[in-house]
Amino acid sequence: MTVAELAAGCGFEVLCLPEPEREVDGVYIGDLLSWVMGRARQDNAWITIMSNVNVIAVGTLSDVSCILFAEGVLPEADIIETAKAKGVNLLVTPMPAYEAAIKLHEAL
Amino acid sequence: MSEELVFRYDVNGDDFTSAGQASVQVKRNLRQLGLDSDTIRRVSIAMYEGEINMVIHAGGGVAEVRVSEDCITIVLTDKGPGIKDIEKAMQEGYSTAPDEIRSLGFGAGMGLPNMKRHTDSIEIDSVLGVGTTITMKVNLG
Repeated sequence: MTVAELAAGCGFEVLCLPEPEREVDGVYIGDLLSWVMGRARQDNAWITIMSNVNVIAVGTLSDVSCILFAEGVLPEADIIETAKAKGVNLLVTPMPAYEAAIKLHEAL
Repeated sequence: MSEELVFRYDVNGDDFTSAGQASVQVKRNLRQLGLDSDTIRRVSIAMYEGEINMVIHAGGGVAEVRVSEDCITIVLTDKGPGIKDIEKAMQEGYSTAPDEIRSLGFGAGMGLPNMKRHTDSIEIDSVLGVGTTITMKVNLG
């Protein structure tokens, strides 16, 4: 399933979708960036409540298919611009990480 | 590829928000060379952790990535305070990072362990008050 299909199917709001056709494979949840860096797998949807600019670097380097901000956490506008430029898909949902993960599980 | 390719990057120590730029650039360069995605991922993760460490602890430094026929070598050099206890620093969860760094999602004590996990070899040469050089290798093929 692609990120665009996933966002539509789960009702996640799109912040930016520079790579809409990327396939999503599995989910990773975490807020400690080094931890995520070491453990998230390529093409995972990554759920986090961290929203600083380093999140985008971690998203790029660990090659996740999208970053889903839980609990309605919104990154600053310039961070969304950075993500767009780097080809990192960003989504947001008011749901807590657990509920968002259930949604993803049902969809995938 | 018979000649060694060398990429060199200055890691700016003043700006934590720009940390990762060198790693992202390396990733792009390695992709252009047509290396497989797992290798690229390992190199860029190891390098990013090193970059973050140089920014947090050493006020920046220099990162060099050498691509030869059989391996990729990453050399990170800084003139920081040096690592007091390398054995402890290699343990997952051991951290000397300040609180403001932790609030950004770093400082979990995973940096060096992640670098070790994602590379085939790691050598740490550190002198207190002088600086640290870390050499990592990722084998190709």
